[in-house]
Amino acid sequence: MAEAQMKVSDEVAITIQNMNKWYGTFHVLRDIDLTVNRGERIVICGPSGSGKSTLIRCINALEEHQAGSIEVDGTLLSSDLKNIDKIRSEVGMCFQHFNLFPHLTILENCTLAPIWVRKIPKKEAEETAMHFLEKVKIPDQANKYPGQLSGGQQQRVAIARSLCMKPRIMLFDEPTSALDPEMIKEVLDTMIELAEEGMTMLCVTHEMGFARQVANRVIFMDAGQIVEQNEPEEFFNNPKSERTQLFLSQILGH
Amino acid sequence: MADQSTNSVAFVRTEEVPASPPPANAAGPVKWMRENLFSTPVNTVLTIVAAYVIFKIITGAFPWFANGIWNSQSLAECREILQGTTGGCFSVLSERWNQLLFGFKYPPELYWRPTLAFVIFLLAAAPVLFFKLPRKLLIVTALFPFIAYWLIWGGSILTPLLALAGVAGGYVVYSRFVTNNFAMGFFGGIIAAFLIWTIGGSILPDGTITDGPMQSVPSRDLGGFMLNLMLGVTCVSLSLPIGIALALGRQSSMPFIKYVCVIFIEFIRGVPLITLLFVASVMLAYFFPPEATVDLFLRVVIMITLFSSAYIAEVIRGGLAALPKGQYEAADSLGLDYAQAMRLIILPQALKISIPGIVNVAVGLFKDTTLVSVISMFDLVGMIRGPILASTEWNGVYWELWLAASVLFFIVCYGISQYSQWLERQLATGHR
Repeated sequence: MAEAQMKVSDEVAITIQNMNKWYGTFHVLRDIDLTVNRGERIVICGPSGSGKSTLIRCINALEEHQAGSIEVDGTLLSSDLKNIDKIRSEVGMCFQHFNLFPHLTILENCTLAPIWVRKIPKKEAEETAMHFLEKVKIPDQANKYPGQLSGGQQQRVAIARSLCMKPRIMLFDEPTSALDPEMIKEVLDTMIELAEEGMTMLCVTHEMGFARQVANRVIFMDAGQIVEQNEPEEFFNNPKSERTQLFLSQILGH
Repeated sequence: MADQSTNSVAFVRTEEVPASPPPANAAGPVKWMRENLFSTPVNTVLTIVAAYVIFKIITGAFPWFANGIWNSQSLAECREILQGTTGGCFSVLSERWNQLLFGFKYPPELYWRPTLAFVIFLLAAAPVLFFKLPRKLLIVTALFPFIAYWLIWGGSILTPLLALAGVAGGYVVYSRFVTNNFAMGFFGGIIAAFLIWTIGGSILPDGTITDGPMQSVPSRDLGGFMLNLMLGVTCVSLSLPIGIALALGRQSSMPFIKYVCVIFIEFIRGVPLITLLFVASVMLAYFFPPEATVDLFLRVVIMITLFSSAYIAEVIRGGLAALPKGQYEAADSLGLDYAQAMRLIILPQALKISIPGIVNVAVGLFKDTTLVSVISMFDLVGMIRGPILASTEWNGVYWELWLAASVLFFIVCYGISQYSQWLERQLATGHR
């Protein structure tokens, strides 16, 4: 792993201050403070229902937060649709269930947003799409439909689709948890490659090997709060809080 | 194999088992019959009884068709020719065929006009129904409503040209402003169109022509199966976009739009179509300015369209609800705005899911156009019940006439059904 390539700059990419969110009366996210620098690779883990997915979904406004502030690349996330659209076009996202558009071919999945949102000519968008499909190693599937691909291939297409928008930040919401073990690796390899190129990444994942190898910071969440964050070595070898120790012993125990 | 013969549990496959075809006796018609018709004693008895019933029906109906009379001038003459043997008096169809198709008041020397309109309709519908045809044919589709109006109703060509100018003017205004703001473009376009129509309407002379090949035919002279087809085509093509708008409006996060749509849909669905048609024929005039004479055909079209758009809206809402939430989220996360997400991602999938339901409504609507016979319009059913069965020549020829009406409707409805199944297969792209 070429550590030297994975430099973290001082430039701030995301600032989250004192952010709170409720589902009805249920307090899902409590006093979240988080600063992400450009080039950082952050892995967020925690038990289910701890609010980790909700946290990263707040960053591109798929979920609304009710208190506190989120600033992405200097744009404050508010209910202003212009700001939301601006942030969404800067931030790519990959979902647990891929969410490819089943009625469009792989190539059309990748070119749709560049053509309609970025107003890029079709030919240029297709070239970009083929470039990224080659990068995720499935250029030969370009004219198939998502339903004809395996889960791992679909998730790599989803990554390529996000990359076609040339995002500065990538969010991953449990990208491998719906996949067979054989396919997890091919998706993780793609993500590692992306990290090596210096992409700012926030990943909700339970792949602790990936966290050790790629992350420069691991965040542990429980009950809507950030319980502990540290560099991966320290986090795994020497967890401070009891809750983290329990969690790690359970997921690494077998 | 050697590995399995020993008592050890360890087993390593050394060669692959090749795929082979099924045994020869697992296919063929004899096997099919044995499995499907004679599998148990009860099934065998049922098969024999069913075969007997089918045999009786065919042998009973065959002479009626085979001895049918196609060339008499009246029922009495037909019975004379038959002299008591079984046989249908199909001559009512050959003698009144034009009336069944065009109604009894449409000038016979002008039958070529609706016929030509029908041929152009086939051309205009083709590019909408079959995506692989050249897109340039859509020009015919766009011009078709105006051509058809002119051909069927006749009169001065200036009237449809004015209508076309209004639509074109509205579109120009719409495309000018829509880049800034959708609402501004939408309402600006509608206002522009109405301005052109009102100003043009006050300048243009009355377009009625009393003779010649393009003489005017008033709406009350339309009739027959032509009227059913006109109502069906117009109402289906108008109610689909309105239904989509209502379905999206019902999902809107804006309470005003949402409740307008909900109330509209629930009200219209709660009222029988026949009452709406009576409203159209009697009461709708109260809602228009007193000097405006809104054509009965137009009033009926409005009512049937409102009725079926409420149903189509509910069908499409089902399609929208069937889409996984992830599709909306993926569209959002890529930065598509609402209109783009709906048009490119959500509606193509939701409409595909809704095809069977939409076709169901369309077929039902087409058959329901026969209800206009109740408000004294002479569509196919109205023609049969009224002018034909009431005439002295053909009083009492029920079977032949209603059978013909059924066949005409069946051909169209079965065609629609077959098309929709073909379309579903075309749009299938693996699992959703």
